[in-house]
Amino acid sequence: MWWYAARRILQTIPVILGSTLLIYALVFLRPGDPIRAIFGDKPVSDSVIEQVRAQYNFDEPFLMQWLLFLKGAITLDFGQSFTGRDVSDLVADAFPVTIKLALMALVIEAVLGIVAGTIAGLRKGKLFDSTMLVTSLLVIAVPIFVFGFVMQLIFGVKLGWFPPTVGGNTSFYNLLLPAIVLALVSFAYIVRLTRTSVAANLTADHVRTARAKGLSEGVVVRRHVLRNSLIPTVTFLGADLGALMAGAIVTEGIFNIPGIGNLAFNAIKRGETPTIVSVVTIMVLVYVLTSLIVDLLYAWLDPRIRYA
Amino acid sequence: MALLAAIGLTLSACGGGGDDDSDSGSSSTDAVITARTTEPQNPLVPQATNEVGGGNVIDLLYAGLITYKDDGSQELEVADSITSDDNQLWTVKLKDWTFSDGTPVTAKSFVDAWNYGALSTNAQNASYFYYPIKGYEAVQEENPTVKTMEGLKVVDDKTFTIELNQPESDFPLRLGYSAYYPLPESAFADIKAYGEAPVGNGPYKLDAWEHNKELRLVPNEEYDGARKAQNGGVTFVVYTDTDAAYTDVQAGNLDVLDTVPDSALQTFQDDDSVQAITAPGSVLGAFQFPSDLPGFTGEAGKLRRQALSMALNREELTEKLFFGTRTPASDFSAPPMPGWTDEIPGNEVLEFNADEAKKRWAEAEAIEPWGNKKLLIATNTDGAGNKASVDAMSNQIKNALGIDAEPKYYATFDEFLDDRDNNKTGALFRAGWQPDYPSISNYLGPIYGTGAASNDGNYSNPEFDAALAKAAGATSDEDRYQDFVDAQAILMEDMPGLPMWYTDGTGAAATGVENVKFNWQGVPIYQNITK
Repeated sequence: MWWYAARRILQTIPVILGSTLLIYALVFLRPGDPIRAIFGDKPVSDSVIEQVRAQYNFDEPFLMQWLLFLKGAITLDFGQSFTGRDVSDLVADAFPVTIKLALMALVIEAVLGIVAGTIAGLRKGKLFDSTMLVTSLLVIAVPIFVFGFVMQLIFGVKLGWFPPTVGGNTSFYNLLLPAIVLALVSFAYIVRLTRTSVAANLTADHVRTARAKGLSEGVVVRRHVLRNSLIPTVTFLGADLGALMAGAIVTEGIFNIPGIGNLAFNAIKRGETPTIVSVVTIMVLVYVLTSLIVDLLYAWLDPRIRYA
Repeated sequence: MALLAAIGLTLSACGGGGDDDSDSGSSSTDAVITARTTEPQNPLVPQATNEVGGGNVIDLLYAGLITYKDDGSQELEVADSITSDDNQLWTVKLKDWTFSDGTPVTAKSFVDAWNYGALSTNAQNASYFYYPIKGYEAVQEENPTVKTMEGLKVVDDKTFTIELNQPESDFPLRLGYSAYYPLPESAFADIKAYGEAPVGNGPYKLDAWEHNKELRLVPNEEYDGARKAQNGGVTFVVYTDTDAAYTDVQAGNLDVLDTVPDSALQTFQDDDSVQAITAPGSVLGAFQFPSDLPGFTGEAGKLRRQALSMALNREELTEKLFFGTRTPASDFSAPPMPGWTDEIPGNEVLEFNADEAKKRWAEAEAIEPWGNKKLLIATNTDGAGNKASVDAMSNQIKNALGIDAEPKYYATFDEFLDDRDNNKTGALFRAGWQPDYPSISNYLGPIYGTGAASNDGNYSNPEFDAALAKAAGATSDEDRYQDFVDAQAILMEDMPGLPMWYTDGTGAAATGVENVKFNWQGVPIYQNITK
């Protein structure tokens, strides 16, 4: 088990090397000169441009730029953004906000999704099941920014229950509305996944055996149906944490949340290689680590995997 | 001998602080105003800043030698007088003034700050603004051997002189621009740390800067100039998306928004949940011809440029595309500029006239046939309205002249700038201009002067240069304004570029917020806002 975990962690190294190299190549291939954009329409002397270009290693070939980045990264120096601030500071400011938002969304979608999905699965074909089916289809079909704007307008502007935007105050209450918006799409998937697998497991042999032993229906559902049914859901939730962080780009824009999505969006717009690469590296790390956690959770949920 | 170049500055020297009428109103003077900003892209050092997000804050934190009134006219701020006998050697005398930490503002505060800003190794964004000063070229070299500009000399604590490369009668006008603000001595010890917590001499001082979240400004008690704070402070909230900011204004969560998002442009003037603010703008939207564009050289080229200008229906474009938030251009500057007039000889060439356009195009055909060339109109598409306007312009040209006109898109602004600088667009290209200081010369010289820094079309006409030089040497406002009219008349004939529209200042304020007005730059006058 520990060997398995360690191997998985070691696997992250080539993943990070490869992904950062890929990003460096992509930003390098981007046409135009981001340094020029710093100065805008106003003329600026070549010597000043050279100065700034050298400061960001933009005068080096991209392989060299990448190696210089890695060299800094080993000593936890991720370079500077075009604003002259350390990228590590920027990320340290933005990352906790997005993590908080993503975890809130994850809890909301997991709790509501599993509960609704289980009920729908237990009452297959009944009114609740059909309602959930229609609702989840609707939620999946409508783009997230539509929900964002509509909910912002209704609950933020018209009803005034929530602040319409978050800004500097990233309290639990302020983040609740965007977290719900962010959770919506995945919520629909979780309902469908849980429902299908609960419905399938209800007719499985081991459930029939459990019932035959005379166990109460509540114990049967909790111990024998849910435990098995949650495996696909957990897989989805694990992968979803990464997706939630990436999806936050839209939500963070709509609700003006100073998180990693906003940071990445602005950095890409300005061609700020150090910031983009650092942010994406963190995203990769989150993906890798959550999939590791998912694999470990499997073992806990399903003894067959544990003892394999 | 002591002929003073009056320029109207000394007249208003002691005018500041006279109108305290907002003190008597019912609205509270200690309410803190919230306003939208973008995260400043640079440390809050005036010489490092040339973008709006940081610029708005800088202008409240610092005071320059002069300041601009709402209408673009100027009055002295830190300077007691700015005088010259020959428009080339200027003498500046300072009032007794202090930074917010109590240290005095001296001649050295200005000279050191400008030298710091101009030195190439400091790589300051605003370095270009010192180009009129003698010795600028030497400090801009890649490995400069001198660190200070020859033209700047400290005479005593309260006096310094500025020597220019050539006479410039409106030189003092530019001294209210942020690049010319002073810095306290303490700034140079650690400029990076200073940029995080600047000490200025303006109407406000920085209380806190929470990066990517907000900047809190509180009134500066040491300040005794004309822009005294009428509120309890201004908190700039950072937004990456103007739609979110607009929503906050609608909900009463944000007091002032200095720009209206595209999505609300059509509706904001009828929106009951906000106060709509519009003001004549100083930003000129224009297009420039590369001087060597095939088909646009020589006499035939001149006729064709005129024909294109008359083939464009600016009225229709501003109404349909921008819902009247832009105004069709009638000259090469903008209405808020002192001395502006819409009576430039030859400016009927900016009016839509399909018949005349066809006629001039036909005349050009007689000299040199167009053949089956394609006219490209280049723009970057990452700015608001750029793509739509170039699409519409191509269609208008096609319809009016029957030639093949087509947009040429660049995905990003920097990509576009690259090609523009290197004369590689091969197209009529977009070239908007936002003035740095309120003078018509700031529109004409940098863009159309021979060899000028932003003259990306490489236009050159000795007559035009002579008219600008004459304006630079003018001793009265009237003479100078007339020289600008003469210079523009030459442009109307040559049409090296197509002025299209003036972009109005548009903004929104929450209901209950008072005294929201825009200045000549389209920036809210934050210190006057109350609620």
